[in-house]
Amino acid sequence: MSARPDTLPRASGPGMSTLARLSCLMVQPILTRVVRRIAKRHPSLFARLGPHQGTDFVIDAVELPFALHLRPDPQALLFRAVPRDATPEAGATIRGKFMLLLELVDSEEDGDAAFFSRDLEVTGDTEAVVRLRNALDDVDGSIAEETAEMFGPPGRAILARLRRAYPT
Amino acid sequence: MSLAELICPAGTPAALRTAVDAGADAVYCGFQDATNARNFPGLNFTPDELAASVTYAHGKGAKVLLALNTYPPAGKVDLWRQAADTGARLGVDAFIVADMGVADYIARTHPGVRLHLSVQAAASSPEAIRYYCQNFGVKRVVLPRILTIPEIREIRKEIPCEIETFIFGNHGLMVEGRCSLTNYLTGQSTNMDGVCSPASDVEYKRHEDGSMSSQLAGFTIDCFGADEKAGYPTICKGRYTAPHRPEGYYAFEEPVSLNLSRLLPDLIDAGVHAFKIEGRQRSKSYVRGVVSAFRQAVDDIRAGREANIADLVALTEGQKQTQGAFETKKWR
Ligand code: SF4
Repeated sequence: MSARPDTLPRASGPGMSTLARLSCLMVQPILTRVVRRIAKRHPSLFARLGPHQGTDFVIDAVELPFALHLRPDPQALLFRAVPRDATPEAGATIRGKFMLLLELVDSEEDGDAAFFSRDLEVTGDTEAVVRLRNALDDVDGSIAEETAEMFGPPGRAILARLRRAYPT
Repeated sequence: MSLAELICPAGTPAALRTAVDAGADAVYCGFQDATNARNFPGLNFTPDELAASVTYAHGKGAKVLLALNTYPPAGKVDLWRQAADTGARLGVDAFIVADMGVADYIARTHPGVRLHLSVQAAASSPEAIRYYCQNFGVKRVVLPRILTIPEIREIRKEIPCEIETFIFGNHGLMVEGRCSLTNYLTGQSTNMDGVCSPASDVEYKRHEDGSMSSQLAGFTIDCFGADEKAGYPTICKGRYTAPHRPEGYYAFEEPVSLNLSRLLPDLIDAGVHAFKIEGRQRSKSYVRGVVSAFRQAVDDIRAGREANIADLVALTEGQKQTQGAFETKKWR
């Protein structure tokens, strides 16, 4: 298995902050569409989240130039890209390699196993993370594939490229 | 010959479908409350979800066993009775129970539904098991994980019911149904509230040197070095310092999982009727991987072939596995 998330090379250095901000702007419309669509297709997710619908999750895919901020409130869904130097105060933070996180969302990987191997790191409110994990695990099919499908052949091509670019 | 049924975990409806599709003969699950010993946040079934899941499983020839395997505190038994009534109405194939009061209620009220005695009842002698069979009509006992295979063989000869043993998964056994360690720290009881180490009391801290400590209710129960594998934040698997062990040591159990894949033929030969896979709190990925591996192994053994067991160590706690007491009483 790979090295711990905190030893992985991070996207950093001069100019990174500008790049991070530009990347955030570029991906934001996609993230908004993705999260709305998933919420519409899988409404049962919210019941499993229970009191943590209002929790701020920071999802830190270590190789990406930005972090993701998720607040799974069905009344005011929030899923946005944020530069690392501007992340909100997190209720819970989930950190790992990009492809591992994607595979966890899709239940291709087991969260406990990734935790045991130290490839996945969790800080903050553990109950919030357990609820999010269980909510996502009850979704049939692949959220990644579903997202790619939303954008047709270019979406599928991008997913395939991401899988090659960020191996687990 | 033993049927070697595979009894598989399901924490969500999607995990139940995954287990059935991967070849489970039966799936066990619980409601979203203290009536079962995996009362974890966001896990388990609503009555509507259980109804749909029973239909799905039965449609594919698999059984559904409902875990009501905690102990009702005095004055709160109604929750367990209602859960039993709901389960019976929805057509579950058996109840897995630990408490005698719950067993008695089901035996009287729903005599047509099978009763299995949970590992939480910790019945490990023929006398104790026979008592449950005679008084509540128990049809199967899930044995505590403290017996060797020769002991299981002897017990089998002296009891009138089927035997189920764990073959894979979490290995916390001090002693099933009687452990109060988590209650001591968190005020919540595994045996009555259904949750050991509630997630709301767990906190992980990352340190500058790459190590990570896990805390339960503010007490540090382990600190994993930068290159060490991690385990669950349960007190029984904690690593503690003591005046005579300043370097820290596992006082009770180590973070390790049970894996009896190599002992399956011996267990079948000893008369074990059903094999249980632990892990209702685990993901569909775990369920798919472990259930398919054991389905293949059991089918190989039944067909007289050598069982070819997939390597499951990546899914084990601390990435370590043991055959525990099934191999020898000296496992600790
Ligand atoms: S502390 Fe260990 S033995 Fe006790 S209930 Fe929790 S997991 Fe089981």
